[in-house]
Amino acid sequence: MQDRHSIRFLLGSESRELTDIVPTTTVLEYLRKVERMTGTKEGCAEGDCGACTVVVAENVNGKLRYKACNSCIMFVPFLHGKQLITVEHLKNRNDELHPVQQAMVDQHGSQCGFCTPGFVMSLFGMYHNECDTSRVAIDDALAGNLCRCTGYAPIVRAARQALHGHKPDQFDHREKQTLRSLSDLDAAPSVHIDSSQQSYHAPATVKELKQILKEKPASRIVAGATDVGLWVTKERRHLDCVISVSDIQELQSISVEKEMIRIGAATTIAEAMDTLSLYYPSLDELFRRYGSEQVRNQATIGGNVANGSPIGDSLPVLVALDAKLIISSAAGSRTLPAEDYFIDYGKQDLGPGEFLERIDLPLPIEGQQFRVYKLSKRFHQDISAVCGAFSLTLEAGIIQAVRISFGGMAATPKRAFHCEEALIGSPLSGDAIVRGRQALQRDFNPITDFRGSSDYRTRVAGNLLEKLFDELSGREQTIVWEADYA
Amino acid sequence: MLDRPTKSLLPASVHKPIAHDSAARHVTGEAVYIDDFPEPRNLLHIWPALSPHAAARITSMDTSQVDSAPGVVAVFDASTVPGINDCSPTMGDDPVFAEGRVDFAGQVLFAVAAESELQARLACRESVVEYEIEEPVLTIEQALDRESFVLPSSTIRRGEPERAIQDAPHQFEGTIRNGGQDHFYLEGQAAMAIPREGGDMVIYCSTQHPSEIQLLISKLLNKKLHSITVEVRRMGGAFGGKESQASQWACIAAMTSEQTGRPAKIRLDRDVDMLATGKRHDFLFSYRVGFGDDGTIHGLFVEMASKCGYSADLSRPINDRALLSIDNAYYLENVVATTHLCRTNTVSNTAFRGFGAPQAVLCMERIIDEIGCYLGKDPLQVRQRNYYGKRTRNIAPYGMKISDFVLNEMTAELLESSDYYARRQRIRQMNAGESNLLRGIALTPAKFGVSFTMSYYNQAGALVHVYTDGSIHLNHGGTEMGQGLFIKVAQVVADEFSVPLEWVKLVETNTSRVPNTSATAASSGSDINGMAAKAAARTIKNRLIGVAAKAFGVEKDEVIFLNGSVIAGRSSVSFQKLAKMAQVACVSLSSTGYYRTPKINWDPKTMTGHPFYYFAYGVAVSEVAIDRLTGEYRITRVDILHDVGRSLNPAVDLGQIEGGFVQGTGWLTSEELWWDDNGALKTHAPSTYKIPASGDVPEAFNVKIWERGRNVEQTIYRSKAVGEPPLLLAVSVFSAISDAVSSLSDYKRWPAIDAPATPERVLMAIDKMRSNGV
Repeated sequence: MQDRHSIRFLLGSESRELTDIVPTTTVLEYLRKVERMTGTKEGCAEGDCGACTVVVAENVNGKLRYKACNSCIMFVPFLHGKQLITVEHLKNRNDELHPVQQAMVDQHGSQCGFCTPGFVMSLFGMYHNECDTSRVAIDDALAGNLCRCTGYAPIVRAARQALHGHKPDQFDHREKQTLRSLSDLDAAPSVHIDSSQQSYHAPATVKELKQILKEKPASRIVAGATDVGLWVTKERRHLDCVISVSDIQELQSISVEKEMIRIGAATTIAEAMDTLSLYYPSLDELFRRYGSEQVRNQATIGGNVANGSPIGDSLPVLVALDAKLIISSAAGSRTLPAEDYFIDYGKQDLGPGEFLERIDLPLPIEGQQFRVYKLSKRFHQDISAVCGAFSLTLEAGIIQAVRISFGGMAATPKRAFHCEEALIGSPLSGDAIVRGRQALQRDFNPITDFRGSSDYRTRVAGNLLEKLFDELSGREQTIVWEADYA
Repeated sequence: MLDRPTKSLLPASVHKPIAHDSAARHVTGEAVYIDDFPEPRNLLHIWPALSPHAAARITSMDTSQVDSAPGVVAVFDASTVPGINDCSPTMGDDPVFAEGRVDFAGQVLFAVAAESELQARLACRESVVEYEIEEPVLTIEQALDRESFVLPSSTIRRGEPERAIQDAPHQFEGTIRNGGQDHFYLEGQAAMAIPREGGDMVIYCSTQHPSEIQLLISKLLNKKLHSITVEVRRMGGAFGGKESQASQWACIAAMTSEQTGRPAKIRLDRDVDMLATGKRHDFLFSYRVGFGDDGTIHGLFVEMASKCGYSADLSRPINDRALLSIDNAYYLENVVATTHLCRTNTVSNTAFRGFGAPQAVLCMERIIDEIGCYLGKDPLQVRQRNYYGKRTRNIAPYGMKISDFVLNEMTAELLESSDYYARRQRIRQMNAGESNLLRGIALTPAKFGVSFTMSYYNQAGALVHVYTDGSIHLNHGGTEMGQGLFIKVAQVVADEFSVPLEWVKLVETNTSRVPNTSATAASSGSDINGMAAKAAARTIKNRLIGVAAKAFGVEKDEVIFLNGSVIAGRSSVSFQKLAKMAQVACVSLSSTGYYRTPKINWDPKTMTGHPFYYFAYGVAVSEVAIDRLTGEYRITRVDILHDVGRSLNPAVDLGQIEGGFVQGTGWLTSEELWWDDNGALKTHAPSTYKIPASGDVPEAFNVKIWERGRNVEQTIYRSKAVGEPPLLLAVSVFSAISDAVSSLSDYKRWPAIDAPATPERVLMAIDKMRSNGV
């Protein structure tokens, strides 16, 4: 019988029903402390090292979809209606290692072994999702797992061994049975838990969400919780009322209509990236550098916008492309240009009881060029020092329209109005770069911190203009990440 | 004598690429780390409270609200220590709990023991501490200005460098600095103390140095060493960061357990771990060099200053090794190198893979690169020109004869296999175009002296039991941190008895089985523990030979151990059977073994002697591509040839080479420790501190063990240590980056990039190179 007040999921093949768990308990804590399953490790408690990687399988159109996730920043209620697979579940009934485990042993992919369960689970996720054994595909899939011992070479070899010899594993053989078990969970579509410390809602519809927000306007809305999760694990902040929007199907669609890409706010980065990159190819690299496989499987575009961090990677893009935010509440909806949403550091145009419902991104028009450049110390899974997004319309080599937005240059993602003004009506010339560079200094006065000095940010922001012009004028496209050896 | 050829045949386990002993348990999650142990029912959880200030006098500390917070059982601080409030490895200057003052942001003020980790953690916030804040010393420059040192400076000197530099045809001077490096072992510091009857206790701890922890706890709690047992099965990485840095947490757990009578566990989360534990030393080098037209170095002057942090820790031996490594692979006829041990209000820096050598080598290779650039030569020529000689030019600055120098042969081999010359030429042509992509290539060598610079550490013990079913129980003083020590030692013991490897049980390191051990460090683990275990096994084997000879009526030298059997003349008996026979014959099947490294002597007063048993060598060619506009770059290819002597286990050794190189690359490229103006570390988690990820390692990563490698010394199976040396090869990446930037001056000037060469530093160097500066 469906019970709105319990969390039901499969732990491996066993069903679990939790009624008295503090909703912001992380899956990692649950595994280690409640189930006493200690194969899954804590390396950082912030979703950056991957030692805690688990795989969550769910029914998507009658098939199981497997996603690698960081259990350290995932709240237990997110498992509702799904299957949680950990490193302890991978051996088959004959006590034989899974092909990804065997490959790790054969290729000497473990040394100290502490990151290993996480790598094994990422590889397991890959085993079920990826047949591409190119280095790029492997690096992208493993970017969220840090290893300090091996230098990764043997792990890459293990990935190739496992994927080359790919054949259905026991999870594939049991797929029908697992789907049946998931359905047998009879998990309520909408969950409401009131523990002594915390109340938690996971509504199934937007209508329901509006109603809850009306009653509890001060609630904290979470989607993937890849940011809010850290409030709990790092700051031990107490959240009185949490509303998860991750079960609301209406918020998870991505569609194209009326010259707009309409992105439901709870669409994960992983789900959105292919569609968005199709229309704006420059986004492909940005999304590859956005968090990691695990983070992209959990984090949502809406969450990235709503929390309003000055260094969220999708924000400069949305501002430069003049995206519109549809913000809703029980009282109705309003549409807001993305750039107006960010008021100041930590302050956004989102009232009590309101939530971000959708993002409308215009389709590219003829003559429009779009480029986004992210700069960070490390290619994969790093936070931008500077992220610059440029949208230009060129006619006969003259810039007719331009929108430029930067992250990491101010307290909010911010447009470069002076720079835009300096470029309008100008050809893609060296003079224009000089003018644009000077204008950027009026637009921004960036801070110095551990991601970059003020000087560097200023300098490199101007250089991005040069890079952009080089590309648009066909002089040179420099993609250092794709460079091969001489 | 230990190395006499024995009556067993070719090794069956040694020299084979056998998987790590725990590999199958790693991949299933069955391998157990401290925090995975089943928790005793009444376990207390501990959380430490850290100082927010870098330098301050504590005027008052009120923890009464902490005491009364939910779940709190006890609060410990300096006033509750019954014995000596110290957890330092040598100098007595590392208080477990701050006493009256704090000397770095992150120093432990007090610790809370509560029923849950969360309760302990939340309770820490309830204290009221008042400080009188002082002006902190945060940088090497500030320390030099104020003459703030943890220990006196030291100097190594040979010949007349001042005159040699002056008289040389060419001279220049320069500086280079390197940042520190966090160990970023994936398993944070952890310890659990379990009280036993009669005031005894067992401490499970993730440590490279169980004996030191035993000693420190005995002083802290006024207990005899025999009351304290420290045990470690494995660490989730260490890299030097659990040599002295594990002690404080074990001490706190032990004290909690002692004073509450309950088991107690402490496990640092990533942020606390990075804030409160020491890292690799930053160094600032100033140099002046005089050299000839052909690049031969005539005289060298180097002044080093290391950021030691607030206490001495292991800074003395680390700085000594830096001095002893300044030559890297080069004969320096006239040299003076001085190192200053700067005291700063930062966490006390500590051992980290390479132990001062990587920093010194970075400096030396910069000098060589600059000489090459100055003379318009390939720096490779300058390297080869200055390599140690075989018969002449073969004495190190500290007076030791280098008798195993193999870098000429290795360099030649790598130049060939890496296609160095052709690629360098192509790169020069590509850089001559107007591309935004700059390319660079460099070859750098490494020579690493093997042995502890603290001479008495060069000893090890082992304890081997043979059971009556032929199975073998192997104990030694070395600890397993992922480096494959256990499997290597097991291979040695299995071959000693000529039995299958599976018969040898590897067990946790325990101070009650093998006492008074050295840290597992200085890459020496398999050298010394392998020998000690072999000695123990040899003793038992000799007894078994006696049993067999008597039982079968043959001479002792007619007894041969072969593949699980023992052949005695025309008779043959299984190893199991012989073990049982020995028991019946009242012959002991258990023995200790002991080893001390021979030939080592060192006079710290004159800084001369024979500090190393031998040297390990390696050579690497790295190539990079830089985006001129952003400073971002990618390593496009790496070729490595590394000497491990005759490898005990090529799979394990290859892993050490690949892993050490990548770790060194992180140190020199993306790993940046960043303190704010108040001395607070702001990069204390992987979100802000970027160690290499898989994508940073090139697909063309050609790593080879040098097949001709053989130790000239009588080490275990003529193998060489491998833990630290490969890290030094990462300098080739740094040189390649510099080479690429230098192209902007048409190779007329060499960029003065400091490490880590973050995209920001690279871009700034590019700008300077283009604007005619350096």
